Amino acid sequence: MPEQLAFTIEVFMNGLMAGVLYALVALGFVLIYKASGIFNYAQGVMALFAALTLVGIMEGQVPFSHLINAILGTEVHHFGWHVPAFLAIVLTMVVMIVLAYCVQRFVFRYLVGQEPIILFMATIGLAYFLEGVGDLMWGSEIKTLDVGLPQGINVWIDEFTFDATGYGFFIDNLDIVASIVAAILVIGLVMFAQYTKQGRAMRAVADDHQAALSVGVSLNFIWILVWSLAGFVALVAGIMWGAKSGVQFSLSLIALKALPVLMLGGFTSIPGAIVGGLIIGVGEKLFEFLIGAPFLGGATENWFAYMLALVFLVFRPQGLFGEKIIERV
Amino acid sequence: MKYKLGTLAVAGLMAASPVMADLVFPSLSYRTGPYAAGGIPFADGYADYFTLLNERDGGIGGETIRVPECETAYNTEKGVECYESTKGEGALVYQPLSTGITYQLIPKVTADDIPMLTSGLGRTSAKNGNVFSHVFNFPANYWDGASVAIKHIMEQEGGSLEGKKIALVYHNSAYGKEPIRTLQELSEKHGFELKEVPVDHPGQEQKSQWLQIRRDKPDYVIMYGWGVMNQVAVQEAANIRFPMDKFIGIWWSGSENDVLSAGAKADGYKALTFHNVGSDYPLYDDLKKHVIDTGKTAGAGDQVGTVLYNRGIYAAMLVAEAARTAQEIHGVTDITGGQMRDGMEQLEITEEKMAALGLPDFGPEFSVSCDNHGGEGFVAVTQWDAEAKEWNLVSDFMQSDQDVIQPLIDEDSKAYADENAIEGNC
Repeated sequence: MPEQLAFTIEVFMNGLMAGVLYALVALGFVLIYKASGIFNYAQGVMALFAALTLVGIMEGQVPFSHLINAILGTEVHHFGWHVPAFLAIVLTMVVMIVLAYCVQRFVFRYLVGQEPIILFMATIGLAYFLEGVGDLMWGSEIKTLDVGLPQGINVWIDEFTFDATGYGFFIDNLDIVASIVAAILVIGLVMFAQYTKQGRAMRAVADDHQAALSVGVSLNFIWILVWSLAGFVALVAGIMWGAKSGVQFSLSLIALKALPVLMLGGFTSIPGAIVGGLIIGVGEKLFEFLIGAPFLGGATENWFAYMLALVFLVFRPQGLFGEKIIERV
Repeated sequence: MKYKLGTLAVAGLMAASPVMADLVFPSLSYRTGPYAAGGIPFADGYADYFTLLNERDGGIGGETIRVPECETAYNTEKGVECYESTKGEGALVYQPLSTGITYQLIPKVTADDIPMLTSGLGRTSAKNGNVFSHVFNFPANYWDGASVAIKHIMEQEGGSLEGKKIALVYHNSAYGKEPIRTLQELSEKHGFELKEVPVDHPGQEQKSQWLQIRRDKPDYVIMYGWGVMNQVAVQEAANIRFPMDKFIGIWWSGSENDVLSAGAKADGYKALTFHNVGSDYPLYDDLKKHVIDTGKTAGAGDQVGTVLYNRGIYAAMLVAEAARTAQEIHGVTDITGGQMRDGMEQLEITEEKMAALGLPDFGPEFSVSCDNHGGEGFVAVTQWDAEAKEWNLVSDFMQSDQDVIQPLIDEDSKAYADENAIEGNC
């Protein structure tokens, strides 16, 4: 196989994998927007908060220890135990459900019926609040996240492709795991929405709040459910991204990677988030490889993703899978 | 009633006027935001050194030291606001720890007659004191770093780089682009091929860059990164099995933060430095006795001895010695910003002086002059030991290639002087 073709295929495959990671972040946005019409600016910070909480629980860190020590003059930092990854994930999920309850109970319950821009502003406030609370609870140092996920080159693919084409492809084991997890997540979410009572209620709320209320669906419960699901998706995204770079405050910036995916896939479609992620991932990686690096000096991925999304928007303003909004005069 | 009003007026005046009898060294720190992990240890070290001087020696020359801290979150606008809000307190020197903030402050500090120290960052050509009267960047700058990285690679390769390929992975910003010109000159001089690989902020996703490196197979990779870009780059380098001992970061890519998350795979990664590592110095005994054990640390006390904490200590030591020099020159203890500038311009750091301060072998010897605000450009190489979780110095402090760097500094500073109609200060 010609070397350039092999490189292109490798870049394409890595683009798909990167796209899955972007889609994982975008999924959280879609869930909340679909059910409540809120564009959740805090989704990236939720991923950070979830990952911080997971590492803190795993390492037996005392939450708010700096604050406690400063006030009481004590020197407590750790409980002295380590929690297994699976149990820590479950406990983190409990924390995310409590967070979902608090967000609904103390913020959005009072904003029902407000303009979308007001709700959006509330999520900006939530993002800064969560970032501050995360810092106070767990500290701002970089934390190593080790939940046993494999990382590094997949040797089997490397050897297989080398034998077949004369060039060993690089695929990161972590990306393969992320793809499998994302697939399970999407299938699970779709099944939940289609085949469970709560899922159907969630869809009813997404369709028409008033109508859902009139048939006895609890809006409060559904929104807590949706924020909890978004919290779970944030936790998964936080684990995947945190495993790559360590858990640190820049993790919240992964939300920037989700925006072009949402613009392209639509804000209301779970499959749209996945397809949008894949298109953005492949598009930006191929552009960087074929045009960006050789002719434009490189580092084109960030702006190219947005440009690609904008081009799609020209032809489909609602995104690839978004619902077409028809307003009659 | 008149008495009460008079008392109130006096109290108001006292509250409004700055405290004058202290040596004020504002700290433009960043303890929040995406770069907090780098900002916290530096700010802790910077503050703890001055606390030590206050507690142990009663300050400098009998004057107590005050370190008002202002949070910039590594944001240039906030950094400028911090400067404006603290300069009126009698600020003697600024160390912004951000190239972006540095660029904004250069004209301001010059107009306000307050010196600025930008060790290992900022505008490299500020080394030319004839043009940049109030900016100092001793003991080393970005171009010294690039040159010493090449020097170290040459040593590893037996003295020749002919036909070798070196990649520069850099933060796609003014900071990251700093070494390009120097490396281009050095590639012409030594006959190696330079590949430039930019990474966009924040650098969380670098798959394209490392696939490119895997395809191009460079012999060495030099990195100019900051924040999350460093951790991801080290992880990706390990993923493609790039030999870590051929991967060299600038000093902003060489702290514990940058390697710990990659675990054992980061073993052997190298980074440049302009000061020594670890905490095995007499000064740290004093720090423990007067600052840590008494609960007077600026932070939680958990950063002591880390690379960036040491950098904060070193930065504070340089400033303290410059203040001492200024007091000696002018024969006063309560110095002004202008006098502090004079002290910085006549600063001389010798091994004897560092040993007396409890920091033997902690940094290179250097001297500053009106023409040369950057010292002699001595830089060393450190290497990460993943098992022991510590950095070790693996080279002596080496001088950068002044034959290449000085003409570049002259050229860049001349351009700045022409733009700003600066005739020369020396």
